Amino acid sequence: MGRGARVEGMLFVPQRFLCLGIRTQLLKTVSSLRSFRFSALATMASKHKNAKRIEGLDSNVWVEFTKVAADPSIVNLGQGLPDISPPSYVKEELAKAAAVDRLNQYTRGFGHPALVKVLSQVYEKICGRKIDPYTDILVTVGGYGSLFSAMQALIEEGDEVIIIEPFYDCYEPMVKMAGAKPVFIPLRYKKAGNSASSADWVLDPTELASKFNSKTKAIILNTPHNPIGKVYTKEELQLIADLCIKHDSLCISDEVYEWLVYTGNKHIKIATLPGMWERTVTIGSAGKTYSVTGWKLGWSIGPQHLIKHLQVVQQNTLYTCSTPLQEALAQAFLIDFKRMDDPDCYFYSLSRELEGKRNRMAQLLQEVGLKPVIPEGGYFMIVDVSALDVDLSDMVEDRPYDYKFVTWMIKSKKLSAIPLTAFCGLETKEQFEKYIRFCFIKQDSTLDAAEMILKKWSKQIA
Amino acid sequence: MLRRAGLSLGQFLWRRKSSAEFSCSFGKAKMSRPVQAQKLEGLDKNVWVEFVKLAATYPTVNLGQGFPDFSPPDFVKEAFVKAVSGENAMLHQYTRVFGHPALVTILARFFGKLLGQDIDSLTNVMVTVGAYEALFCCFQALVDSGDEVIIIEPYFDCYEPMVKMAGGTPVFIPLRPKTPAPGKLMSSGDWQLDPAELASKFTRRTKAIVLNSPNNPLGKVFSKKEMELIADLCVKHDVLCFSDEVYEWLVYDGKKHIRIASLPGMWDRTITIGSAGKTFSATGWKVGWTFGPDHLLKHLRTVHQNCVYHCPTAAQEAVAQGFQREFERYGKPESYFVQLPQELQQKRDRLVQSLLAVGMKPIIPEGTYFLIADLSDFKAEVPDLPDCEEPYDSRFIKWMIKNKGLAAIPVSAFYSTAQKRNFDHLIRFCFVKEEATLKAAEDILQQWKLKKTGP
Repeated sequence: MGRGARVEGMLFVPQRFLCLGIRTQLLKTVSSLRSFRFSALATMASKHKNAKRIEGLDSNVWVEFTKVAADPSIVNLGQGLPDISPPSYVKEELAKAAAVDRLNQYTRGFGHPALVKVLSQVYEKICGRKIDPYTDILVTVGGYGSLFSAMQALIEEGDEVIIIEPFYDCYEPMVKMAGAKPVFIPLRYKKAGNSASSADWVLDPTELASKFNSKTKAIILNTPHNPIGKVYTKEELQLIADLCIKHDSLCISDEVYEWLVYTGNKHIKIATLPGMWERTVTIGSAGKTYSVTGWKLGWSIGPQHLIKHLQVVQQNTLYTCSTPLQEALAQAFLIDFKRMDDPDCYFYSLSRELEGKRNRMAQLLQEVGLKPVIPEGGYFMIVDVSALDVDLSDMVEDRPYDYKFVTWMIKSKKLSAIPLTAFCGLETKEQFEKYIRFCFIKQDSTLDAAEMILKKWSKQIA
Repeated sequence: MLRRAGLSLGQFLWRRKSSAEFSCSFGKAKMSRPVQAQKLEGLDKNVWVEFVKLAATYPTVNLGQGFPDFSPPDFVKEAFVKAVSGENAMLHQYTRVFGHPALVTILARFFGKLLGQDIDSLTNVMVTVGAYEALFCCFQALVDSGDEVIIIEPYFDCYEPMVKMAGGTPVFIPLRPKTPAPGKLMSSGDWQLDPAELASKFTRRTKAIVLNSPNNPLGKVFSKKEMELIADLCVKHDVLCFSDEVYEWLVYDGKKHIRIASLPGMWDRTITIGSAGKTFSATGWKVGWTFGPDHLLKHLRTVHQNCVYHCPTAAQEAVAQGFQREFERYGKPESYFVQLPQELQQKRDRLVQSLLAVGMKPIIPEGTYFLIADLSDFKAEVPDLPDCEEPYDSRFIKWMIKNKGLAAIPVSAFYSTAQKRNFDHLIRFCFVKEEATLKAAEDILQQWKLKKTGP
């Protein structure tokens, strides 16, 4: 293809667009220019093509389902969005911070000094080891930003990363965007007694061991787990730790729900197990800790020799996070750090509040004849809906059962949830497609509205 | 475990052995191989991390990093306080991923007029964590291994590492200073691109050119003619344009800020970037945005949704309120976008006088809140060390911070490795500072001059 012809075509076309007006309608061109247009568009299309790293990563379950659930007439138990109010002192600290002139300007790139200092105090107490606020901590844009920084810093082409299914959906595209290969292993339901609990979902040790090889750069751990609510036991963490050490792999530990563990359970940090601090990046979130998802502040904690690479990513991606938000978070943490041995500490009081909501949610679902999986932690609950045997045959699109069910439920019951297959790799979709996920960090009036819908629904079934 | 193609067999075997040993020594285990991704190679140095730390360590009058030391205007501060303490607690929760509805709506309205485009708030606008993240999304979305990206020197330092991190090759072209007319001070307008030289930089591998007008650190405001030169080449070679316009409101002496996306043939190939931090003097809020055609922005959306996902809600609400207020006052004397440049022009002129008085040669910026000064007359203070790897201006400033208590930024930081030595006698001052700060700087400079010239 001669360069001359291309150049001519290109010079012609833009002037046509200018006459036609503004919006880019690539097909609106005079027909006599069709041949020029075609070659110009083909050229433009190829030069304007996306980079390979994002190929196939454009779809996203949240963009789809949050749009649907934005209708205020729908009772939204889908996206993990608290509609309870954050504690008043948290909001007050932000208002106070915004009123201070210099707190509206840039702060330290790797984390506002007041914030990293208090984070180091809080986590030193929990981990029982010294944590340097400047070298061992990075403040990021939410837990999401920490996951991204960790993957960009530590994962690359040629690496394999183990992801436990079901998984928070961003893990897979992030691993791919870093050029690496995700290797999946499912949690498997082991029937143990009458009531279904998230503890019934376990990893098969032999199967897990088989996933590790010389290419395994990291495993992503999420405890408490989204969506199932599993809180990994010490034995389960030891299993993973042993394999990480044996294969010299890293562990990216997503612990954003760390405070939300219910009676009879304890959140254990895998980084505190022998041999693990040196190879683990532990991620936390202000959004989940203080019910302020819209603050989008998170942090990565780990050894300097790992965190320093996340810091390099930060200085080449967004440089720094919001100052007033970090200052307010620091003040809130100071308040709760002082009462960490007190049951009134928000870390524990929120958990107690949510346990009540969890129990209520479980009861409501049981009354409809459903069998929810009672979560040991987090604020999500999954439930097998196949027992309802809803006729979805008129929904012809080729999608998993749970997607169709949720779409139908939103439309006909005005209640939203999230389909579980959004959290699985392609191979395991069949295993999980009869489950949907409910979020219960909702105020009483929302749960009351859900109750009404579910009671009406159960009468229709009876 | 062979992690890199470059490992020798010996290294490979050593690592295998080491990791086997480590499995027996719990508590002493450390990663035996390089953990970091190769894409980070050479990206670890950063001028801001270094100089911000220095300015914080020593007592200084800080004319270094670019941030106002005065308050954002009351109307945006109030909007923020209202957003966080108001009735609507949902402003503390997630908002729409690609931009809070109130914000993208007003941005589309406001900038549609300025860009001469019918901008759709949902497909032609995306909000980011500062303009920094907007730049990151541009490179990650659209630059691949083997692509060339043209960068005009001097440049905001992050462009180069971001191109590299995306696997691209930066291709540099310098703005060349022309001697000003006799009796006139040098202006940023005297620094120009050579048209033939610019044309020669476009190859079939050129994916994009990064344009920054008004330019940091020089303060140059590209004229329409200069923009047309660039636009013609972009259209001719089918190249994209990433237009960093964060200082769009800060233009002086009656100059006009031209938006390259408004030129013929450019909307379809341009991403225009803006910043609330610079617009509303609130750099700590980290709210930025991009405008562009859907066929390009959709790729930025893919990067954004896999990188930070949401931006904080409350600040977006406050910025939306700020723009609404400015929309109603556009072009009027009470508009912040009219008042701020007027105020800053005075500060610019004051700093220029202070520098002239002491023998530093300022280059008058047509825009931004930065000013470059030639410190050749001060070279006696800090010896030249020809073998030293660190550029002269960097050493000079470190000395100035410690000995004079005045902070600035070395201009060599805004140049490619090949050019650093040619531009290491220039330092950048930031003048978006309150009167007291500028007065303090003036005093330091006066004292310095007295010391130099003797009793």
